[in-house]
Amino acid sequence: MNPKRCAACKYLRRRCPKDCIFSPYFPPSDPDKFACIHRIYGAGNVSKMLQQLPVQSRAEAVESLSFEAKCRVEDPVYGCVGMISLLQTQIQKTQTLLAKTQAEIAVAQAKHSQTQVNEFM
Amino acid sequence: MASSSSSNTYNSPCAACKFLRRKCMPGCIFAPYFPPEEPHKFANVHKIFGASNVTKLLNELLPHQREDAVNSLAYEAEARVRDPVYGCVGAISYLQRQVHRLQKELDAANADLVHYGLSTSTPNLVDLVFQPQPQPLNPVYRLPGVSPVMNQQPRGTGGSCGSFLPWNNGHDQGGGNM
Repeated sequence: MNPKRCAACKYLRRRCPKDCIFSPYFPPSDPDKFACIHRIYGAGNVSKMLQQLPVQSRAEAVESLSFEAKCRVEDPVYGCVGMISLLQTQIQKTQTLLAKTQAEIAVAQAKHSQTQVNEFM
Repeated sequence: MASSSSSNTYNSPCAACKFLRRKCMPGCIFAPYFPPEEPHKFANVHKIFGASNVTKLLNELLPHQREDAVNSLAYEAEARVRDPVYGCVGAISYLQRQVHRLQKELDAANADLVHYGLSTSTPNLVDLVFQPQPQPLNPVYRLPGVSPVMNQQPRGTGGSCGSFLPWNNGHDQGGGNM
């Protein structure tokens, strides 16, 4: 067995060929990364997804899959969609607050202008 | 709405069993959540996650949690089909940038409001209107530059996720890649 098998081939208990599609993205130093991805997507699905991507895009794809898989392990009901929901809620609240604050500035500006006019008269 | 019962409530096979070309048995775990009228829903989920992985995920959940789980899986799968590199993470990245931008605008507006409050001769001007407290930015996920790759460990909500569920409001809610 190649002592330098990637984390994927170690997990799958198989030889790690020179052209292993997983090895650039799953170093043996990080076994949890592949374990998590395998649990949610399965090795076959990930392999297919990577094969359909140009080589220069695969690293980012693996990172995003890894992130989504971790989210799903931590939150089996909502996964990373829970985060999208929270961010949308936060955006709505901040927009409302911003609109209120801008209205208050408009009131304050109007009063400030009136005060200046009164001082000149 | 999906029935909480696990029995097959449809006369025709559910979308999953149609796709998998198998008999849709009473008690099919997919039937309540993959109606035959929505074939693409299961097709996407199967393409990204695989039927057996979805079965395992659903079996680990309580029945009342499964509908939301399936809908979130379908949402993620559709996002991944549309954007094979970033999937949902593209939308998260976009939303986080929006939050950051809005927070900066709010900070600037609050600074302006304080400026007017201090410079007017009316001591209780600020009391006349609502004085908002600055909202702390929620830096749950920090982005290195524009890459959507996340640095921090994700934190699960284990069943509650704010007031928006994307599949209730449509798939166009603020997602950059949806």
